[in-house]
Order: sequence, then C-alpha cells, then structure tokens
Amino acid sequence: MILREVAAQFEKPVLMYSIGKDSAVLLHLAMKAFAPGKPPFALLHVDTGWKFRKMITFRDELMQSLGLDLIVHTNTAGAEAGISPFTHGSARYTDVMKTEALKEALSHHRFDVAIGGARRDEEASRAKERIFSFRSANHRWDAKNQRPELWNLLNGRINVGESVRAFPMSNWTELDVWNYIEAENIPLVPLYFAARRPVVERDGMLVMVDDDRMPLEPGEKAKDRMVRFRTLGCYPLTGAIESEAVNVAQIIEELSNSRLSERANRAIDHDESGSMEKKKQEGYF
Amino acid sequence: MADQKTAIEEKGLLRFLTCGSVDDGKSTLIGHLLFDCDEVSEDGLARLHAQSKSGGRAGDALDYSLLVDGLMAEREQGITIDVAYRYFSTPKRKFIVADTPGHEQYTRNMATGASNSDLAILLVDARKGLQIQTKRHSKIVSLMGIRHLVLAVNKMDLVDYDQTVFDTIASDYTDFAQKLGDCAVQAIPLSALNGDNISARSAAMDWYSGPTLRDHLEMVDITQDQKQSAFRLPVQLVNRPDASFRGYSGTVCAGSVSVGDAVRVGPTGELSRIASILTPDGEAKIAYNGDAVTVTLTDERDISRGNVLAAADDPPPVSDQFAAHIIWMHPKPLLPGRQLQLRLGAQSVNAAVTELKYVINYEDNSHNAGKVLGFNETGYCNLALDQPVVFDTFENNRDMGSFILVDKLSNETVGAGMIVFGLRRADNVHWQAMDVSKQARAALKGQKPCILWFTGLSGSGKSTVANILEKRLLARGCHTYLLDGDNVRHGLNRDLGFTDADRVENIRRIAEVSKLMVDAGLLVMVSFISPFRSERRQARQMVEDSEFVEVFVDTPLEICEARDVKGLYKKARAGEIKNFTGIDSPYEPPEHAEIHLHAGERTPEDLAEDIFRALEEKGIA
Repeated sequence: MILREVAAQFEKPVLMYSIGKDSAVLLHLAMKAFAPGKPPFALLHVDTGWKFRKMITFRDELMQSLGLDLIVHTNTAGAEAGISPFTHGSARYTDVMKTEALKEALSHHRFDVAIGGARRDEEASRAKERIFSFRSANHRWDAKNQRPELWNLLNGRINVGESVRAFPMSNWTELDVWNYIEAENIPLVPLYFAARRPVVERDGMLVMVDDDRMPLEPGEKAKDRMVRFRTLGCYPLTGAIESEAVNVAQIIEELSNSRLSERANRAIDHDESGSMEKKKQEGYF
Repeated sequence: MADQKTAIEEKGLLRFLTCGSVDDGKSTLIGHLLFDCDEVSEDGLARLHAQSKSGGRAGDALDYSLLVDGLMAEREQGITIDVAYRYFSTPKRKFIVADTPGHEQYTRNMATGASNSDLAILLVDARKGLQIQTKRHSKIVSLMGIRHLVLAVNKMDLVDYDQTVFDTIASDYTDFAQKLGDCAVQAIPLSALNGDNISARSAAMDWYSGPTLRDHLEMVDITQDQKQSAFRLPVQLVNRPDASFRGYSGTVCAGSVSVGDAVRVGPTGELSRIASILTPDGEAKIAYNGDAVTVTLTDERDISRGNVLAAADDPPPVSDQFAAHIIWMHPKPLLPGRQLQLRLGAQSVNAAVTELKYVINYEDNSHNAGKVLGFNETGYCNLALDQPVVFDTFENNRDMGSFILVDKLSNETVGAGMIVFGLRRADNVHWQAMDVSKQARAALKGQKPCILWFTGLSGSGKSTVANILEKRLLARGCHTYLLDGDNVRHGLNRDLGFTDADRVENIRRIAEVSKLMVDAGLLVMVSFISPFRSERRQARQMVEDSEFVEVFVDTPLEICEARDVKGLYKKARAGEIKNFTGIDSPYEPPEHAEIHLHAGERTPEDLAEDIFRALEEKGIA
C-alpha cells in the first residue's frame, strides 16, 4: 500500500537497491504491488567500490533475470581521490562515498522520492523516522520538525527541489523480514548464510578479507572460520558473526535465540553516540 | 503494510501507545517492559550500562528510559520529543508501541501515535494525581477511536505503596472517563523504576488483585473494536501496464468482496461487477478487510485514484460538506475560511472550515465558543470542500472517516480530522446552468475581464493609485469597478473586525465578489491591504490564470507611517488600535506579483501609468 502511494503521489520515484536482504524484500514487494505491470520507478544502487564482490555478482544476475534496469552510481571524485575506509577512517569514508554519492545521484536524476528498506527497529534514531520522511532541497533531515503521520494518510506534498525518503518497511522487524523471505522463497546473496570464509579479528569485529586492497597489520593473518553476515554493506566496515546457520530456517532459529542486535557489527554506528542521527541529518539513509 | 499484517496476525498484534505528563516515567516504563520481555540485546545492555553512568537520571541504578529516548536532544534534556516506535513480542502476542511525548507542544505527536493504536496507557504520577495533560490525552485518544485505556498509576514506590492513594486516583479517573463514551478502563498501580506490577506481581502491593501490565496487554480483546460494515475499496492507483489490462489497486478497508459481486463506484454512482481479484499471492476468489489487492471490473468505467469501489447495496455517502472534529497541530491557529488541502484516503480536495462550532475544554469536557482553533486544541467544525468526496463517518470506519489538513504553502500537515456526519444541504444545492457565458458578456464590452489585486501596507497609496488608474481605463472605454477596503467594510463586511480570522473572511468575501464581477465581464480593481499570502493565493485560484493580476504597492513602512493620512499609525503605536498591519500584525509581501511597484518617492500618477502600460502589454487595456 505504501509503495502504491509513492507511485501515485510522486513524479519521479526511485527505489534504493542496496543488494541486502531488506532491499531484496522491498523489491519483491514492489514486483507484487504493481503486478501484472512492472514497478513504475527506477532502481538505484550507490556503489562505494568496497562492497563484497559476491554482492555485485548477485546484483547483476538478479537484474537480468527480472528484466529491470539499474542505475549504478559511484562518487567518481571520491573514488579518484582514493577515499578508502582503511586510510580515511569509516566516518569520512561514509560521508564521501555514501552520503555525498547518494545526494549527488538523487540531485542529478531529479528524483523526488527515494524508497528505502530501513526499518524502525534497527537503530534508535531510525525509530523516529516517518514513513514519508521529508528532506529539504539540500537533503537535510529535521528530526524535531517532522510532519505528523496519522492513520494511513501520507502527505507527500513538496515544492520543486525538495524530496521525500519513503520507508515502506518501517514497521517490520528483522524477524519479520526473515519470516517473509522464508515464506516467499526470496533469493539472497550467499554471504547471509554460514560458510568458511577468510576473516581477521580487528577491534572485536570479524572482518572478511574480500580482496587484496585490505592492508593486514603486522602479525595479522586471515583465518578460515565458519561465519555469516547479519547485514551487508562495505566489507571493511561490516563484521561477520560466527554461525552454523546455512539456510533461512536455521537463521530464524538462530535469531530467536540471539542476544545481540542486528547492527552490532556495523562500524559506522559506533563512531560516537548519536552517530546515525548525525549521518541522517546530513542526508545518509 | 497489509501484507506484513497478515503474516503476524495469527500470533495477534496489539498496537498501543503510552501518554501522560512530563516526567511521569513513560520511557522508563517501556524500557522496563522491553527489558522484562528479554528484548534488550547484549550490546544494547552494554550501551545502557555505559550511558546510565554518564547521563542517566536514576543514580547508580539502570536508567531504562535510555533504551527508548533515541534522539540526541532527548537524551540531553531527558525528555521525549517525538514518537518512537518499539517492537517486541512475548510468547502470547506481538506488540508495536508508540512512545509519545508528554510536553504540551508535542501533543500532535501523541495524536499521531494514537491514530494507529488499539489501546492507550495513560501514566499518572502517584504523587501528583490526575493532570490536565492526562485528561487532554484521554480525550484525544477516545476521539481517535481508542476503546481500551490503561490508567498506570506510576511511582507507587514514592508514596509507600499506599492503597488509598491509588484508590483515590482510580476513582477520580473513572468519574472522568464516564464522560468519554464507550471506553474500557483498567487501573494498575506500579513502579516503572523498580518493576512492580509490570510483568511480575508486586510484593509490596498485595492489596492489588488485578492483572499486571504485561498480563493485561497480552489478554485484552480488540477484535470487537471495528464495526462490521459493507465492502469498501479506496482506489489508490489505476494499474494499466498495457492496453489489455486495467486494474484498480488499493487496500480493502471494510468488509469483503468476491468475484462476481456487484459494486458501486463512488462518487459517480455507476454500477459494475468484480471480474477478477489479484492479491500478493496471485489470483483469488475473495478479498477481505486489510488485503492489498488489484481488481478488474466487467465493464469499462471511468475510475481514477480517489474513487471508492463499494458494496452496491450499501454505498458510502458523498458530500462536499460535513461536520468533523479537528485536532489542530500547528503553532499558527486554524482560521475559518482559509483554504487548506484536505486528504481523505486517496482523495485530495480544497477545503475550508466554514464554521467553528466550539472548542473542547479538556478539563471538564465542556464546550467553549471560539473564533480560531489554537495549537493542540480540538474543535467541532463544519467544512466545505470544492468538490464532493466519498466518505464514511469515523465511528463506522477509521480509514474512510479520517482526514488530514495540509497547508498549501508550507505543505506541512497542520490538522487531523474525524468526520461526524455529512451535511445534507450539500446534496440539495446545485449549480444553476446559465446560457449567457462570461465570454459573451466580455465580448459585448470588447474587453478581457480580470482582477487587478492591489496589496500593500496601509497608507502605501493603493487606493490613490487605483483611483487614478480607473479614470485612465474609463477614458479608454473600459468597463471597470473599484472595490475599496474601507468602503466595503461599511457595508458587506460591516460585521468583521481585524483579528486574523476576520481578515481571512474579509478577503474571502471580496474574492467571491470580484469573481462575480469578472464573470460579469468587468475589470475589477481590488484595493485591500490583504496581508496574508494564502488568502491572495485563494483569490487567485478562483479565476483563470490570466484573469488575476497582483499589483504590489511596495512602499516602505517608514514612509507609510510618515504619511499617516488617516492618523491610524499614530493610534496603533499608542496601542489604541490592535492588530494593525505592519505594527503588531504581520504583512507577508508577495513573492511573484505580476506588477511590483517600488513606490515610496514616486508620484501616484507615475505609478498608475506603469500599471497602465503593463496592462497594455498584457492586452487587457
């Protein structure tokens, strides 16, 4: 219903496809909401150049099988300047390669609404997001001055240049997502399932050595361990968890018993307290 | 939304909100509930320990409110300023809780939380008893159709777990709640800080025999809340991927429908039958309340977004006027007569409050007279729309009977409304079709009719310039009329004063009169201060684009005040006149006036000449 509302209220919608499980569910919902037609919006992936290689392969194969076109956007200035999470720190890297790149892509294509798979249960400041979240002409989020959302009535009225971030899955939880993936048999990037992968332990985080751009500290050596990922992002910033869960049913079982939050292994949330909120004000999803 | 609902409904979902005054302990209560239900993760707990030490307000103990107050500003001030949603489940039920702010200026967020909830927890500090906010929130949640209230008497530890304190508050509240209508109230004494009666029975309060909070939330039955009614499907989107398929997408918001059923299209009243139903799981024979579907019909019908497919024998009413409760959510008050956008389901129309019948007094549930509806106030109003909408009363159907009001300039959501009933007279007053048209009248006079709308401060020279211009136009053979602010107030608008509400009504009437004069084929000059952008815009929207010429007589305030032809500025400065534009009432200059006169030192003859030339260019003079 929310996806249909986006299509009806805006001129140029775009669906943010991040290749992760939430995106997979979002895309699946969109295919259904507009059946027998195709979703009436563009798909955009902001590629930082540091995603897991398996994510990119999966993305390209899926788009081909669904017959959809995907816009891939990379902050070329940042890539040329060699911005890397290892040398520039996760905060600066996220700002340039994710937030800036996203704003650049949205402005360039003049999208008036960007649909994302963020959920309110992920993080404290996301719990306050509206389903239709207003952004000023320079993509800023004013958390204290949000439009009230009553009943199912979504106000998408904006002026030229302003935009809205739409979050159809606001009220889903991580477990809802997995239950839905199981019920609908939605294909996912294999990284979500446990396998032996080369990882190093760094600041309590298990980082997978996905390519040879990752500088190893003296004495560090990649070891093969049975791991999987609860969320997927850029490989240097996304920690793995030790797990034996190799299929969706086992993951649901594992989650029901888990005592760790979903984003516990995401480096960018821990930079400082309130860090997600600051990134969101600046335009991060 | 609906797809997800069905997935968890087997387990039973309860959406509730918490409300109460500042510092009653709402966030602490939810935090404790999450903690008891094992919903706090290890890293969340580690963060909680760290933050409790650095910024917690519970001394050395854990500050559970930190689990909920998400925004930085909230943690700094130790208050909740926005709605935060939390998700948790017990083996018996799944919950979505809206933690809403207690401060008065955030009441609108509380109403937001209430709009999607089935139950409300009202927190009261045992030491303070019932507060105005408790009553205000109770009134709002009951207006919003919530039928289950929990009176959580918190901080019992601070009154030595005294039963008489609890009994007094509970009976006070029962008396108050009787006036709220059909609500079930459960009072529970507890301590959010220590966990008494949250999920475990309190040893300190063995005199209490009712359920704990968690028991009550798990057991309360909400299945009877929504009245059963006939089938309704508001059309969100017409799905037409190619010429062979034409489907209508939306979420069923009442009743059910099967393939072959007769349906009536609102507002046109046309009849057809359901040919097929497409659900997220493919083709289906029947669709129920809450299902997101796409249906096709057996006949070709002109149906667009905003239309409603309904049971043929029990269609919803259609009207362009109705009575409704409105909760106002913006610091600038609601002014009757001012045009707003009204959004009801997938329908968007222009609307204005035509009459504010009363403002609700939360303290004793009485009704006060009012000319405007202020921030956080609730009023009972009549509304008029510029085209009819399909609706149900809020009592019969939350989805078809609720609407929001959107400011047309800022695009903010400024109000929420619940329809009480449609007004009959709308059905009976029809437009009389006329044979002689505006074009015919204008052609006879050989001119292009239009409104020249002069706006500017008092003493800026509007009327003087308009007067000279009219003489020039008359000499040219044009048929004109000059509507002057002061003159109209002696007659048509004799009953209006200078409050914001009256200024809005003043302009509305003038705009209507000007429109009639344009229809008669005249060049109408309107010389009014008309300080507010939204009313000028409203006047502009009444006529064709080319028929409205806004003339901004831009004379600096100092010059107007120095002239002070009528001696009004002097009186205003002395405080003898209230609400004087430019002194203690705002003037909003036009942003895109067709003609902008930088007046000041120039002569009125000069300025009139400028306008005359501009009109020649536009082919008007």
